[in-house]
Amino acid sequence: MWKFITYLQSAQNFYQFSGKAIPWLGWTALIIILFSLYGGLVTAPADYQQGDAFRIIYVHVPAAWMSLFIYMVMASAGFITLIWRTYSSEVVAAAAAPLGASFTFLALVTGSLWGKPMWGTWWEWSDSRLMSELILLFLYLGFMALQTAIEDRKTAARACAVLALVGVVNIPIIHYSVEWWNTLHQGPTVTKFDKPSIHIDMLIPLLGMAIGFTLYFFSALLARVRCEIISNKQHTDWVKRELT
Amino acid sequence: MQLVEIYFSLLKRDLILAYRKRSELANPVIFFVIITALFPLATGTDKEMLRTLAPGIVWVSALLATLLSLESIFRSDFDDGALEQLILSPWPVSILIIAKITAHWLVTGLPLIIMLGTPVLSLIGSIGVALTVGLRRGGLLMSLLLLPLYIPVLIFGTSAVGDVANGMNITGQLYIMGALLVLALTLSPIASVAALRISLN
Repeated sequence: MWKFITYLQSAQNFYQFSGKAIPWLGWTALIIILFSLYGGLVTAPADYQQGDAFRIIYVHVPAAWMSLFIYMVMASAGFITLIWRTYSSEVVAAAAAPLGASFTFLALVTGSLWGKPMWGTWWEWSDSRLMSELILLFLYLGFMALQTAIEDRKTAARACAVLALVGVVNIPIIHYSVEWWNTLHQGPTVTKFDKPSIHIDMLIPLLGMAIGFTLYFFSALLARVRCEIISNKQHTDWVKRELT
Repeated sequence: MQLVEIYFSLLKRDLILAYRKRSELANPVIFFVIITALFPLATGTDKEMLRTLAPGIVWVSALLATLLSLESIFRSDFDDGALEQLILSPWPVSILIIAKITAHWLVTGLPLIIMLGTPVLSLIGSIGVALTVGLRRGGLLMSLLLLPLYIPVLIFGTSAVGDVANGMNITGQLYIMGALLVLALTLSPIASVAALRISLN
């Protein structure tokens, strides 16, 4: 394990490893997502209250989970950057931010589409979870802004790491917001300790979508990291050899 | 004991520096008053509506005034190199940073409104300044980074002011603001120091 981690610290090794891993991750993600979509959109029973409209959770909920998960990936990479100053963690944190922002945006948009028929409004300012997801989007955007503002790549990576770690305070607030404040957004149905309050036929496609999204995230992350590595190391011999 | 002395000597130095530039002292307060006065002009003078808007307006103006004055925490010391000397000194840097933040709050936050919220604004703000102090034009970027982090303070602050105006009990909001203050007081100096070290590099 340690050997593998140290092996990945070389940009060249990371580049070659991710080149091999991307097709595996990407194709598995595609297959799982297609299967779960079929399960969620066709075979799962309609909700007794919300009818077919509930089926948007198969995009909305996994996207919202990913928005939190990617932030934790980014913050962990930042933590590693600050302590061990490794090259690969710097690139991973930088590459994860736009992906996280996209998933957060997706969660907000699908949530808004869902809110219109269910709550009768596109957007509810008083809802704590909507607001905290919006803050999360702003945190991602701030991270990306700081990244581009600092010229030196190493300094930028470390400054962004501090910012990401400060923003971690927001993550539990988002996760527990629906329990702490009684708001419009429904409480958690899957991630609680006792039995999930969702039918098993609905649950399996949902978990499938979450796994599929995670695999897709990692394949996209590695693809972005490869581009970063090439642009950072464009003057080294091996990159020149790789590109010709 | 020595740490306390260090803390107070740095606090005294910053306050003297602020006192020497008396004209700048009033700027955040004037800015705050002008922004607050702009709202009735822009939204119309309906008394009922203004009464409901008031807590939000007061807090947003306070937030903007703090944001604009934040750069002064580190900017001049960064420019003349005093900040590097502080970081290199044998004392725990977070104590020194807290002294600087206290001075900033006494000068700008306290005249604005005496509330639990403004020290939190100064404390969190110091992280943003520390991150961007090395950049040539960091002001706008700093606001981008800080405003999302300010939102929780804003939410509880406005609801406290609104409830006071309606004659309700605000113990709950005060407790949460107190908790935020303790959290910010313990964690933000550490983050500021880390950010300053990166900025000075």
